[in-house]
Amino acid sequence: MGYALDFGWLNGALGMIASGAAMTIFLIVVTSVIGTILSIFGATARRSRYPILQKAVGAYVELIRNTPFLVQLFFIFFGLPRLGIRLDPVVAAMLAMTLNMAAYTTEIVGAGLDAVPKGQKEAAAALGLQPWLVFVKIVLPQALKVIFPALTSQIVIMMLESAVVSQIAVRELTYEADMLQARTFRAFETYFIVTLVYLAMSIGLRRLLFAAGRRAIAGGMA
Amino acid sequence: MIEFTFWDILRNLLLAARWTILLSIVAFAGGAIAGVAILLLRISKRRWLRRAGEYYIGLFQGTPLLMQLFLLFFGLPLLGFRIEAWTAAVLGLTLCASAYLAEIWRGGVQSLPNGQWDAGSSLGLHYVAQLRLIILPQAFAITRAPTVGFLVQLIKSTALTSIIGFEELVRTSNAINNATFAPFTVYGLVALIYFVLCYPLTRYTKILELRTARQH
Repeated sequence: MGYALDFGWLNGALGMIASGAAMTIFLIVVTSVIGTILSIFGATARRSRYPILQKAVGAYVELIRNTPFLVQLFFIFFGLPRLGIRLDPVVAAMLAMTLNMAAYTTEIVGAGLDAVPKGQKEAAAALGLQPWLVFVKIVLPQALKVIFPALTSQIVIMMLESAVVSQIAVRELTYEADMLQARTFRAFETYFIVTLVYLAMSIGLRRLLFAAGRRAIAGGMA
Repeated sequence: MIEFTFWDILRNLLLAARWTILLSIVAFAGGAIAGVAILLLRISKRRWLRRAGEYYIGLFQGTPLLMQLFLLFFGLPLLGFRIEAWTAAVLGLTLCASAYLAEIWRGGVQSLPNGQWDAGSSLGLHYVAQLRLIILPQAFAITRAPTVGFLVQLIKSTALTSIIGFEELVRTSNAINNATFAPFTVYGLVALIYFVLCYPLTRYTKILELRTARQH
């Protein structure tokens, strides 16, 4: 034995940990917003009258959901430059995360749309609302209310999964941890601290989303 | 330089996929056994045991699997264990699986009406017998769909063990990609192999869900 844990390096490392955490938060915010918007289109397309759209969205969802995020990330980051599309690591990470997120949330949003009673739509139409207004004002808010907990979970899962984008040298929290442990030779302590940071972030994110969701959706419903 | 044909790439990937499958099976089996233990904590009558189970689950569901793997890989040698990538991979995935499975099964146990426990007591069964004969079989039956769904998640999670150096599908594909510079073919095939492994299970989950929905 004779190994003593040493956290002396931590003082000089707080800046790196903070900037890594900021990048992780930035990634998850961008991904959640774009992913959710995309998934509203995806879920609608899957319920549209056009079989091609239904099939295409269905295939996309199954393809993403049945392959690991890490492989999707490598495919995008290493594969796309072959087509002449050169991606910055951050852009590649955002693209991979958004595509991954949208597949899962398409299913979630779809379940929410299905949960809204048909009468709601008919009543709104009977009042003379345009079809798109019926969707935006009546169906979507009710669907979002139903799926909010599931959406929150998915966002937290995606934030935790974003740790692997360190593998394509995006300077987020895990990447900074890798750099720190290479410098301090204190691998266990470094990853221990960073794991705690992730834990705090996932608990905080969950609380924040629930608080914000309760207010925004309750307000939107009233 | 060695030339790789398409078939060389595919053959090497398929050989590596054996390790992905083996790791998934071992971790699922280990996770199921440990998961029952965590489940027992989680539904215990003693509050501090319930709390302990809750924290265990919260810890594994609230931190990235990659960090859990790193902590085991770098932490266990500090305690004097010699550890290889395979050991860290199996241990990490098993612990993580136990947390998820325990949480899934807890949902099953708590969805059972209290009368099931009462009926068990009235037959004179003690706690362990109630669990073994009445509660757990029903809880497992109700939660079969999410359990299979979790297996899909676990198979995909094994990809992360490539980062701590375990020679499974993704790590092999990285090496092949470095040798062939054919990322589309290599990662495309890797994605396809994962898809072939996972999609039948996903379909099975859907069938189970529909069956459960029809029963209610």
